[in-house]
Amino acid sequence: MASQAEPQARTRIAVQAVSKVFSDQPQKALAMLEAGETKDVILERLGTVVGLNRVSFDVAEGEILVVMGLSGSGKSTMLRCINRLVEPSAGAIVVDGTDVTRLNQKDLLEFRRHKFGMVFQHFALFPNRTIQGNVEYGLEIQNVPKAQRAEKALAAIEVVGLKGWEAKYPNQLSGGMQQRAGLARALAVDADILLMDEAFSALDPLIRRDMQGELRQLQRKLGKTIVFVSHDLDEAIALGGRIVLMKDGAIVQIGNPEEILLAPATDYVRRFVEHIDVSSVLTAERLADRGVAVLRAGHTAAEARLAIASCQQTSWYVTDEGGRLVGRATREQVERCTGTIGAVMEAGCDRVEASATLRQAFARLAANRDGVAVVDDRGHLIGTVTHRGAARALARDTAGTAAASAEEARHGLVHPKISA
Amino acid sequence: MDWSIPKFPLDTLCDQALTWLTVHLSGVTLAVAGVIANWIEVSTAALSAVPPPITIVVLAAICWRIAGIRPGIMAAAGLAFLWNLRLWVPTVETMILVTLATSAALVIGVPLGIACALSRRVWRTVGPFLDMMQTMPSFIYLIPAIPFFGLGPVSACFATIIFSMPPVIRLTALGIMQVPRELIEASEAFGSTPMQKLFKVQLPLAVPTIMAGVNQTIMLALSMVVIAAMIGAGGLGREVWRSIQRLEAGAGFEAGIAIVIVAVILDRVTQKLALRLRPTGQAAH
Ligand SMILES: Nc1ncnc2c1ncn2[C@@H]1O[C@H](COP(=O)(O)OP(=O)(O)O)[C@@H](O)[C@H]1O
Ligand SMILES: [Mg+2]
Repeated sequence: MASQAEPQARTRIAVQAVSKVFSDQPQKALAMLEAGETKDVILERLGTVVGLNRVSFDVAEGEILVVMGLSGSGKSTMLRCINRLVEPSAGAIVVDGTDVTRLNQKDLLEFRRHKFGMVFQHFALFPNRTIQGNVEYGLEIQNVPKAQRAEKALAAIEVVGLKGWEAKYPNQLSGGMQQRAGLARALAVDADILLMDEAFSALDPLIRRDMQGELRQLQRKLGKTIVFVSHDLDEAIALGGRIVLMKDGAIVQIGNPEEILLAPATDYVRRFVEHIDVSSVLTAERLADRGVAVLRAGHTAAEARLAIASCQQTSWYVTDEGGRLVGRATREQVERCTGTIGAVMEAGCDRVEASATLRQAFARLAANRDGVAVVDDRGHLIGTVTHRGAARALARDTAGTAAASAEEARHGLVHPKISA
Repeated sequence: MDWSIPKFPLDTLCDQALTWLTVHLSGVTLAVAGVIANWIEVSTAALSAVPPPITIVVLAAICWRIAGIRPGIMAAAGLAFLWNLRLWVPTVETMILVTLATSAALVIGVPLGIACALSRRVWRTVGPFLDMMQTMPSFIYLIPAIPFFGLGPVSACFATIIFSMPPVIRLTALGIMQVPRELIEASEAFGSTPMQKLFKVQLPLAVPTIMAGVNQTIMLALSMVVIAAMIGAGGLGREVWRSIQRLEAGAGFEAGIAIVIVAVILDRVTQKLALRLRPTGQAAH
């Protein structure tokens, strides 16, 4: 799996069996949740709304974790439990070793001031303050001296690309710019955990895509840990992090986009993902066939012939001693060879980066009859993507979807339309 | 009709309660009333002693600064006309009473409105009283005021405060409760204390609504001050009252027009002020 490639990062937030019941007397409903009853049953029997049903997940240092689900699935409630804008009814939320649910009011305020920056769906900018006044808000609350406040706010405003707009009022800015200001306000307090609730959902599609890209860059540059709530799977995929998929207040599946697309945990997830274009999610790294025979440039003719003896292929990739892809040799060339392979091979060959999506690799595949080499960011050969492999990856998805559709037709289910 | 069920003695109970309160409190209230009455008398005398043109120019300038050039000119013209009608002194008396009563109503009403917005329990307690205060015929307040504050402007002021306070309480509470949830969440998410939330977010955003309440309170105060002439409040109300007693339609009309002019000036100025303080865009702060 792709996640294995990343080094084990420190856990920043551990959400442990958190439940939320909207009621003054949550005990009964919590007991029913423990007993495995669903949100609907509890609503019917007790008239109590369940917001979260024993949710657990971890957020690692420097990751963008996307909490996803349809409207009403409990995403916002989950996010607000982390900084306790919503009080969890049960469970623990450990942030950097501190259980947030046990903090007293005073410590909670301190925690909110220094740990979290929050960004809202409708920007939530204060209309009576200028952009700078808005960005300074968090610092003002902390009684930071005026000069220092202005300095930090202007730096944050510059980071989000709003320089020159600081004296304007929110209603003088476009939606996209307002949300940049919202982001700057969250960045200005130097909190390294960002909580973002549908932060881009109110923006036009094009602006939205730009903002997604910029958030990724920003996250890489500043190393923030981000919990991002979205109802949009395309957005979740574009942000590139792991996805927590929720339904009726409970988690249905946690995984990176590829895992969720290729191995949906339930029919619900399958229907959720079926409209997604797999080719724009699958990476060359995942598709790469790693079992191919490879020749080394330093091989002698005899060594090379031995290596290819049992192969039916007509050509092989050639790497240097360090494993870097240097060229390609055909059967003919190997058989003609008298010195080393490096001398007869065709130097240089077409390749795609491991992180490229299948969609990006299509052009290279079209240009190469025998598939195309996949290399990592240092040029090391990882494997090859073949036409068959690519077709199989696409076909597997289609088969899954077809089965789900048949199932759906049998049960007369309605296709879930994802909306805010 | 032959009643077999005895009458519920609401009037007697009320009287008894009032008597009890009078016996125990009137010493203090009458003393306070004496001080206030004195203050009103002195300030009325002082303001009447200033040559009217100066006062008119100053007031018009204030209107101009707050509300712009047109209300400024309107105030100057209106006040000059009142002077010409020989109603200058009653006008001054009325304005002082309205200012006093409104200030007191705001000083009590705004904090009460804030408390209503922040606590469900306070809101549930205060709400019914507000309804009662507003539907009760206004001169009922005049009767109990007399034993506490004596005949004259202080009783009038007291009744006026009671009568004019509900809108500012109501609209202060409403203004705070109407602040969008997301903005409240934003202020909380950054770690605001309840006080910071109130003074940096809720109150500034509620200002336009509160100002609408202030406007209504001033208008109600003006109408009540006129009615309070019945218990010796003085001012323009007394002119109206005297005309009624002497059946002088012309003089009554003059006094009525004078009240209208004062009302229009106060209304325009406070409305403009509300507009200027609205939170979006160019408002100064
Ligand atoms: N304050 C509240 N009181 C009662 N029910 C609530 C409250 N807030 C949210 N809910 C309910 O909790 C569920 C989850 O809501 P929410 O977290 O807002 O979902 P999402 O953000 O995924 O759309 C919904 O059924 C909603 O009606
Ligand atoms: Mg939501």
